[in-house]
Amino acid sequence: NSAPCLIANPIHHLQTKHFSIGILPDGVNRSSDNFVQNSDAMERLLSDLQSHIKKVLAGGGETAVKRSRSRNKLLPRERIDRLLDPGSSFLELSQLAGHELYEDPLPSGGIITGIGPVHGRLCMFVANDPTVKGGTYYPITIKKHLRAQEIAAQCKLPCVYLVDSGGAFLPKQAEVFPDKENFGRIFYNQATLSAQGIPQIALVLGSCTAGGAYIPAMADESVMVKGNGTIFLAGPPLVKAATGEEVSAEDLGGATVHCKTSGVSDYFAQDEMHGLALGRNIVKNLHLAGKQGMLSSSPPSNLEFKEPLYDVKELRSIAPVDHKQQFDVRSVIARIVDGSEFDEFKKLYGTTLVTGFARIYGQPVGILGNNGILFNESALKGTHFIELCSQRNIPLVFLQNITGFMVGSRSEANGIAKSGAKLVMAVSCAKVPKVTIMIGGSFGAGNYAMCGRAFNPNFLFLWPNSRISVMGGAQAAGVLSQIEGANKKRQGIQWTSEEEEKFKAKVMEAYEREGNPYYSTARLWDDGIIDPADTRKIVGLCISASMNRPLEDTKYGVFRM
Amino acid sequence: PPPERTTSQQQRIEKILVANRGEIACRIMRTAKRLGIRTVAVYSDADKDSLHVKSADEAVHIGPPPARLSYLNGSSSIVEAAVRTGAQAIHPGYGFLSESSEFALLVEDRGLTFIGPPASAIRDMGDKRYCYRYAPREQDVEIMRLEADKIGYPILIKPTHGGGGKGMRIVQSPNEFVNSFLGAQREAAASFGINTILLEKYITQPRHIEVQIFGDKFGNVLHLYERDCSVQRRHQKIIEEAPAPCVSDEFRTHLGQAAVSAAKVEHPVTEMIVGQDLVEWQIRVANGDPLPISQDQVPLSGHAFEARIYAENVPKGFLPATGVLHHYHPYHLLQQVKFLCFMQDHTVGSLFMLIHLRRILYSGCFPSSNASHPSVLIFLLSNFAIGKSRKNRAAALVKLKDCLLKFQVAGVPTNINFLQKLANHKAFEEGNVETHFIEHHNDDLFVGPNNKVIYEDAYSAARLGAKLVAACLCEKERSAMKESHSGDPSLLPIWYTHPPFRVNHHAQRTMEFEWENEYESSSSKPLMLSITYHPDGNYFVQHQQIGENGAHILEVKASNLGNDNFVVEADGLTMNVSLAVYTKGQIKHIHIWHGPHHHHFRQKLGLDLSDEDETQHKTSFETTSHPPGIVVAPMAGLVVKVLVEDGAKVEAGQPVLVLEAMKMEHVVKATSGGVVEGLKVSAGQQVQMVVFSSESRLVILNSALGIDGFSSLFMILPKIF
Repeated sequence: NSAPCLIANPIHHLQTKHFSIGILPDGVNRSSDNFVQNSDAMERLLSDLQSHIKKVLAGGGETAVKRSRSRNKLLPRERIDRLLDPGSSFLELSQLAGHELYEDPLPSGGIITGIGPVHGRLCMFVANDPTVKGGTYYPITIKKHLRAQEIAAQCKLPCVYLVDSGGAFLPKQAEVFPDKENFGRIFYNQATLSAQGIPQIALVLGSCTAGGAYIPAMADESVMVKGNGTIFLAGPPLVKAATGEEVSAEDLGGATVHCKTSGVSDYFAQDEMHGLALGRNIVKNLHLAGKQGMLSSSPPSNLEFKEPLYDVKELRSIAPVDHKQQFDVRSVIARIVDGSEFDEFKKLYGTTLVTGFARIYGQPVGILGNNGILFNESALKGTHFIELCSQRNIPLVFLQNITGFMVGSRSEANGIAKSGAKLVMAVSCAKVPKVTIMIGGSFGAGNYAMCGRAFNPNFLFLWPNSRISVMGGAQAAGVLSQIEGANKKRQGIQWTSEEEEKFKAKVMEAYEREGNPYYSTARLWDDGIIDPADTRKIVGLCISASMNRPLEDTKYGVFRM
Repeated sequence: PPPERTTSQQQRIEKILVANRGEIACRIMRTAKRLGIRTVAVYSDADKDSLHVKSADEAVHIGPPPARLSYLNGSSSIVEAAVRTGAQAIHPGYGFLSESSEFALLVEDRGLTFIGPPASAIRDMGDKRYCYRYAPREQDVEIMRLEADKIGYPILIKPTHGGGGKGMRIVQSPNEFVNSFLGAQREAAASFGINTILLEKYITQPRHIEVQIFGDKFGNVLHLYERDCSVQRRHQKIIEEAPAPCVSDEFRTHLGQAAVSAAKVEHPVTEMIVGQDLVEWQIRVANGDPLPISQDQVPLSGHAFEARIYAENVPKGFLPATGVLHHYHPYHLLQQVKFLCFMQDHTVGSLFMLIHLRRILYSGCFPSSNASHPSVLIFLLSNFAIGKSRKNRAAALVKLKDCLLKFQVAGVPTNINFLQKLANHKAFEEGNVETHFIEHHNDDLFVGPNNKVIYEDAYSAARLGAKLVAACLCEKERSAMKESHSGDPSLLPIWYTHPPFRVNHHAQRTMEFEWENEYESSSSKPLMLSITYHPDGNYFVQHQQIGENGAHILEVKASNLGNDNFVVEADGLTMNVSLAVYTKGQIKHIHIWHGPHHHHFRQKLGLDLSDEDETQHKTSFETTSHPPGIVVAPMAGLVVKVLVEDGAKVEAGQPVLVLEAMKMEHVVKATSGGVVEGLKVSAGQQVQMVVFSSESRLVILNSALGIDGFSSLFMILPKIF
């Protein structure tokens, strides 16, 4: 135990270097200008993030919240809090979905999703926010709901739906109703998840109209709250229009009707609190549902763990403002892994990709972090490392800060495409949990090779400084202006350098906007923007959630040799 | 010095039957044990699990519960019990039997030793006719009324036998006389078996001072100074002290010399200031030994207080209360503080017990004495000048207040808070005690509805209390979570780290409490709190009251010391906090002791565990109001008299039944007019709860149900005119 303490002190570090096998150095120069600039820049980014978060936490505005409270309803996050084990953590997903996506604000996309424990069992929560557009489903609402179900399927998490929704948002019916990944997919997923033994639980805490009615109806078990909860395929106005029958919402599809007469719901709740308590009870009684084939020796062997030797808050000072500047990803790893202990694999080979073994909250992980552009060797090294981890069932953590693969004749001649393909093949096929954190740039094929969204990482989070695009704005502007210049030349049009600069600026502006993390997170290209200081915590929770599943054998496709 | 004569060949006492119960019996048994004397307890059905039964070497069952039947009229069965167990002596304890000369004679007739003064002395002392104004052998109401006119009103009516304020009545005017007189007679008869009544002039500012006398069989008599028992409620002592305050040395000596040659020992305050075990003296004297010291050798060291803690409802006129003692934590840090107690945790307060729960006894001492060497204390104080006793009293009072402050009881209402107010009252501090102290200082001791300032202070203290409770409950929950990982073993503890993790914000929760207080008619005030878990582990607690400024956020750091004790740091103030948490029905009760405050909050538990259909969903707290025509008695008790007959017309407010409970008579009145039908209850019947039958007749039945911890009496008078 004394060794890490000594090494934490830079002077002793030099003297006792021979002890430091596996222990990462601090790697942060606190007195440098960069440190100060980076910290300031990150502080500004985090304060922006906080102000956006504050808005979405307030839900759909004061009036709507008041109206909801007057009906003895809690806000969706409060409902989840009451369901969770008291004092337990909650990994909320995509808080800023729908951010500046539509003309009207749609806080959190009108739906709250996330993972947390109930009676010691991790569950996926999907909670409509009735204060946001009456809880109706916008396209992004559906996407977020489906994403939650996707994670639940990957991690075998029982799903708890807190239903309080007016159904599809009718003005956008063409974007929410007909396609494969639209409204109907929610029920399809409920059916297939239930078929896999993953429990589907619905708590009807508000209205549940039209298509929404199928959420409780498709559930394994459902609870309805007297007075507030209603389920019907058509509400009283439509019934009157269709059949002339005049009936109140409660008599048409209230808790009493559905628990006593129709059998659409199973548990009758006096009020919302009672309903939530019943929901907890359902989870308590799940027993082995969804656990078929799971390893019996699930608890990781090492529950004792050390905190990193260095302050995790310093993760806020590492990422540079300027994406062109490099930083050593080891200083990030040193603040994420237990005891800052990292056993680096192939340290001297393909040095632009750092690979190695570590533990996070006692859970073994294999980490791949970018330390520059991907070369042939780095790609081969990454492939090798992923093969090791998937054979050993060690989850993978990708720390993305990548401008892409090396270009140029030498690289091409060396078969960089072939090496990159190997890495992509390994990333795609490895059947171990994967968590991707974008800590800087995420450009081009680098995004793919480092397990971008298309490669189904179990979770993907962004730091507020990150950027995602096919290439950097400047590079894109360069490429596009060359093509445009050539076009103009062919057409015999003079292109002044002023015009060219204007053209470039426009491209760069578009890239800046679309490469911005808020643009990404609004569209659910990720699972949320996070404070760098929370990285260790979040990766730990993600891995814990995704290890909750049976072992799968990895089978690769054909590696081009 | 007492003569050094040896005793006769009388057999020495080796086994004592203690003919009393509760703390008094325990006290006697402790001394007996110390002297190597075995003890026998007696018990009735009501107190078979009491501490005094457990403390004794043997115990004899002597009959059904009401005191009248077992301890009093059953005096012969007590004597039989002594013979049966081979006890040589009977200690009557204090109260009923110790004041019965008949009992003393009965004991001596069977060849047993009665530990106490001779029967003749008891007769002279116990029969208060010798001391008071008017008590003729012929107890004719009319003659008595005429005599009362002569004495002049107000008049005090009081049974000649017994004590404890039972049957006592103050009559302010002649037209109240007859009713009060008959009531007193009835109560006296019921309690003591003798219904003779005496009249005396009611003195408006008297003091109640008793002088402790002791005598042996050799004619040696000495006094052990006086004690003041003036502060009373319902004619029962609540604070006693020795020596009496504001008494000159001259008067003290005079008092001592004037006392007659009868003795009984019941007052620990006296024992404390003289540093003697008077029960031991009693046993020695009964053995025929002389008194161990002479009058000159009686020390007077310091000053002692006794505060009696009763289970009672102070705002409701000191109404006795019963219930389950969920939390009991007396303060016993100092060795000079003694507790005499007869109840253990979690025992249901027996209806037939004397109602005081605990007594705190506190001995004051020389201010500079070292608390860790109490034995030195007596030595130091033996030379103590009496002239400085005021200083002693002040020092003792400081400690009494401290004890009261730290004395924790939860589950039944107690008078602790009231005793604190008494002890802190300026007049009490100055020693200006008298028997009407409480009435005279009513406005200071009870909360008036219009006293805004007191209310605001109390309310703000309660809000602080609630905030601390919130933080402590979170902390408690956290410790519990840490200890038990009952769920899935594969789930990592990181999901339960403190503070609970939230992405980009802090975990928050709300808690709703109802503050139990005596300031409002509804007796509870809702408090809504929001708690934010700060990343450093502290709690930010905010009071969210509609229409009030709840902006102040209190940062609380709480550390759990275990057993519901916490150290909290709030607003730069670090203090120890204790909680008592228990659940009764659908309500969670939380008591907190913080600084000088004790607060009681209630939390509705909601319908967590029930999933019944709405028709079956009547929760207990929703049914506390009663339909018209139903009479609820304040507590369970013995029916003394039924004042109406079957078929009688009654009007609203008309007395229908007299119930005796907790040494008091309670008149139950009709809440509405009607006709009584199917009367099934009669005098002498024990009722716990009375329910009405489906035919809506007046039916009085026993039932084990209770409302709000009180057993209740229901009557229905169906035919409303």
